[in-house]
Formats: sequence, C-alpha cells, structure tokens
Amino acid sequence: MSRRIIVPFGPQHPVLPEPIHLDLVLQDERVVEAIPSIGYVHRGLETLVAKREFPEYVYIAERTCGICSFIHGMTYCQAVEQVMNLEVPDRALFLRTIWSEYSRMHSHLLWLGLFADALGFENLFMASWKLREFVLDVLEETTGGRVIQGSCKVGGVRRDIPGETLDRMVSDLSCFERDLKELAHVFLRDESIIARTRGVGVLSRDDAYYMGAMGPTARGSGVAIDLRETGYAAYGKMNFRPVVEMDGDCYSRCAVRMKEVIASVDLIRQAAGKIPEGEIEVKPKGNPDGECFSRAEQPRGELVHYIKGDGSRHLVRSRIRTPTLTNLPPLVKMLGGCELADVPVIVLSIDPCIGCMER
Amino acid sequence: MTIEEQTTTVIERDHLIGRVEEFKKQGYRLVQMSCTKVGDLYEINYSFDLNYQFRNLRIVMDGQTEIASISGIYWGAFVYENEMHDLFGIRVVGMNVDFGGNLIRTAKKNPFANPTFRGEGPCPGE
Amino acid sequence: MSTLSKSPWILHYDASSCNGCDIEVLACLSPLYDVERFGIINTGNPKHADVLVITGGVNEQNREVIKNLYHQMPDPKVVVAVGICASSGGVFRECYNIVGGIDCLIPVDVYVPGCAARPESIIDGIVKALSILEEKKEKMALPVRVASGGEQ
Repeated sequence: MSRRIIVPFGPQHPVLPEPIHLDLVLQDERVVEAIPSIGYVHRGLETLVAKREFPEYVYIAERTCGICSFIHGMTYCQAVEQVMNLEVPDRALFLRTIWSEYSRMHSHLLWLGLFADALGFENLFMASWKLREFVLDVLEETTGGRVIQGSCKVGGVRRDIPGETLDRMVSDLSCFERDLKELAHVFLRDESIIARTRGVGVLSRDDAYYMGAMGPTARGSGVAIDLRETGYAAYGKMNFRPVVEMDGDCYSRCAVRMKEVIASVDLIRQAAGKIPEGEIEVKPKGNPDGECFSRAEQPRGELVHYIKGDGSRHLVRSRIRTPTLTNLPPLVKMLGGCELADVPVIVLSIDPCIGCMER
Repeated sequence: MTIEEQTTTVIERDHLIGRVEEFKKQGYRLVQMSCTKVGDLYEINYSFDLNYQFRNLRIVMDGQTEIASISGIYWGAFVYENEMHDLFGIRVVGMNVDFGGNLIRTAKKNPFANPTFRGEGPCPGE
Repeated sequence: MSTLSKSPWILHYDASSCNGCDIEVLACLSPLYDVERFGIINTGNPKHADVLVITGGVNEQNREVIKNLYHQMPDPKVVVAVGICASSGGVFRECYNIVGGIDCLIPVDVYVPGCAARPESIIDGIVKALSILEEKKEKMALPVRVASGGEQ
C-alpha cells in the first residue's frame, strides 16, 4: 500500500548554497507535487529607489545578485539611458559586451561545478572551479572586483581596458579554450553524467515556451530565445547564434551551458577585434522622466528591469524581473513525477539564483 | 538607441482576459507582470513577447479593486500574481496556485504599497 | 594547537546575501585557495560543525533558522560574519525586511570586511576564528564541566 508523505527540502540544504524551501508531496519514492515557498533572502531592495538617487541605485541593482551582478547593473543603466535619451559611446558598449560575456562564463562555470557536485562528481567540480578562477582573474584585473564589478554607470562605463591588456586577454583565451574543450568532453560524454541526466526532468517545448522558461532552461527544450539577438550593447555587431538543444532534459540544459561558455570565448574575441577607440562615457544631464522596460540576456535567461521616473533624482519605481522567478513554474512542472533522489539535480538544472529571485 | 520599440496599451479591467487570450492565440509568451504605485493608483503591467516584439498591456486601478487572474491562460502567471498580492496587496481572483499571501513572507504586510525604511542607527535587539 | 583547530568543520548559511559572498566562501574550497589544506571541511550538518560562517544580513524569515542552526552546534563554537551585509546590513540596512547584521541575533566572533569579501580575507577570518575557538575550548576545560552538551 502506498502512502502520501510530505518531505521538506531546504531551506538549508547541502546541494544549494542558497536557501529555498520546497514541500515535496511523495507517493512512495515519486514526487507528486512540489510546492515552493520563498522569502528567506528577500530584502525588498526595489524600495530603495526612494532612498538612493538614480546614479547611485546602480550599486543596489548590481547587488541584486552576486553572480550576474554586472548584467544587472548594465540592464538598469540601459533603462535609465533610454529614458534620458543618452547616446552611449560605442567603446563603452563593446566593453559592456566583453564584461557581460566574462560574467556569463564565470556564472556557467560556477553552475557546471555545482552540478557536477550534485551528481557526486567532486573532481569535476574542482576542475570547473579551477577554470573559473581564470575568468575571475581577468574580471579583477580589468574592473577591480572579482564577483561584484561596479564598472557600469549611467552613460557608459567607469573604466577602460587598455589596448595591450585587451590583446593579452585575447591571447590568453586560446589556452583557456583548450581547457574548456577538455572539460566539455567530460560533461558531454561521461557515462555517469549521462546516466544521471538523460531523460531526467523533461520539459516539453510548448511547456517551456508558455510557462515562461527562459535562458538555458528554455533553450534546452528547443526554444531558441536569446535576448542577445535583439542587439543591445554591442551584440548587434556580433556574429552570433543561440545554442539550442532539443531534448528538454537535464542533460540538454547542461549541454547548452557548456556550449555557451565556448560560444562566449568566441564573442569576446569578436568584440576585442571590433572595439573602436573613443570615449567611454557621456555625462547624464537632468533627471529621468518617463518609463522603460530594459531587457538583457543574463546567464540564467531574460532579465527585465523596469524603471519609472518623475523627473526627480529618485525613481518612482524599479522593478526587477529575474530569470529564476520565471523559471520557477517550469521547475514545479519538471518535478512532478520525478524520483526523490533526482530532486537536487533537477532543482539545480534550472540554475536557481535565489538572491536574484527574491531581491 | 539599442532598445527595441515598446508599446503600452492602457485597457479597461473587463477587457483583460479577452486581450490576453488574443495574445496567447497569436503565440506571444508572457514576459512579466508587475505593479507600480503612482499616487493612490496602481498600474498593473502585463508584458508579452513574440519574436522580440515587446507588447505591454496596462490596467490602472485603485487598491480596493479586484482583478481577474490570467493563470488560466498562462499557467506560470501565478508567481507574478502571488507576488503582486504579497507585495502590494492587489487582490487577484481565481489563481490556479494561490499561496494565500505566503509566497514571499515579509515582516510587514504589503510592504511595497507604503514603503517604510528601517533608517540608520544600531540594529534593533531581540 | 589542539586537534580541534587542526581540522575545524564549517557550516555555511546564506542569510540574505546577494550570493557574492556565498560564492566566494565556496571559492575557498576550489583548488586555487584550497582551505582543505588547513583541515577545514565544509559540512551541511550543524551538529558536525565548529565554525558557523554566515553571509548576508538577518531578515524576518530566516531569523529562526539562524538561531536554530546556532543552537544545534556543539560547544565550543565560533561565528564568522562574512561580508559587510553580515556585519551591519550593508547597502541593504535600510530595507524594511532586513533586521541588521548577524550580531543582533547571535554573538559574532570575527567580522570579515568586503563587498564581496575576498577569499583571502575569508580564509584569514576563519583562521582568526580558530584561535578564538581554541580559547573557548580552554575555558570549557576548566574544573566543573557539565557532561551533557547543549547550551549552558
């Protein structure tokens, strides 16, 4: 006779560095339903627009999340620049693109490591994080910060990357790319990884699209949406195709991220080759008056920053819609019917960023 | 500028479900729902996207009015609707998954409706 | 140095951090920083832990969680607040849902500065915490010692 029990998952759970709580309704070993409850890292930072002037709020926006912090800052700046009609210099846009891609690599490598750890593959965790340190070194050298960069500002960027540094960054990439390909070989071919991830947590294409899955979660299910195609920052001048996998399982989502890191290397090379000389910022005049939805592709998917200003130094509203929030309904869907032992792997496969989600 | 064109249409509250169903039929995905408090009124934004075409519907109402849930059309809308309920106290009727105010548990009820700040100074003790 | 501080076990909890400090705490485990060379092991079980590492400020929801974790840890124990948010609330100190730094809830032994705190300073902080752990152990070893564990 089978019976129903509820198993609480989290908030403090070894597989997640961050707290999220799921109530798993089980029928024997199978999950019938998963009910998320959040709020463990909710700060309410969107209300801080009333306390900080709009140029200062960049710092708050960046601290929405320590993993994709650069892209948060950039997306917020884009929104303010749009409202204030600022023409950001090309060099600044290219620099933003370069830093965005480094952030993406650092985020994906971090995830790959955690994912390997969730599978019990500790060696691979170490290998991924060792490669990630290379990316962090570059970020630290060019911006001053390892994980929170603080290099974006309204109207451009705070600091330039000198030509010779840029050249060295590009030449260092070839060594890094070779190591990445070795890593990719393990992630994509290793038997034990395939056994744990193939056919686990399947999300169909339609479900992914209409439930609002974004980023690698959507692209792993064959939905080719990548906001970089809209051409924000300097992405319009890059030769770029979204990475898409068709199977919708954990393996596909892992493969998308692995291949995206390699794609990022290529994007950085292109950006470094095309970056023009010139100014890196324009001074904003006046205050934002109006509203704008600004969108960008974060490592986890589509990020939306909405701002509304009334012509004063303080914005009326900042709304941050992060990809993890929109990936939550698909996660609930994926968990239905899976085995209890697969829950950590499936939860991790959407790359949950709780700090982002709850703001 | 690099940001795509954005159109916002202000609609009546009664037309919401019809308009959203139209979007779904055309193949739009739900990007987000959010709430903004302007004076005493609340602006509710529904954003949709199809092939990077960004469309926005807006309802303007006061805090007492109820709105219909669109979670019957877009299943995933429940996170946004619960969030609006928890943060702003917007009453949404007919959600498929209703957390009853417990999705985001905050110290204060509906904190975004009337934001308060802890202020400077030492931490309050136990 | 006693056996205790030769292999301290660490419990990490993310209070309401933005993740920046969390991933730096994890980075300490990666090959470049490799805290395991100090015998430090990251555990998920509070009853195994000697050092509680907390990132981010206290908010209303995780108050009880932090207290629980702290009380479940055996004595002697030390608490390390990593990053400015854990120390004082940081940029979020004015947010309505933030109560403040960790020290308004449980006693903190070491504060690690930074936003985000760098792995070097985190390691430095933990090593400092070990000498405090050692002191606490000596005090505990004084004549009257209660046999059962838990809070005294």
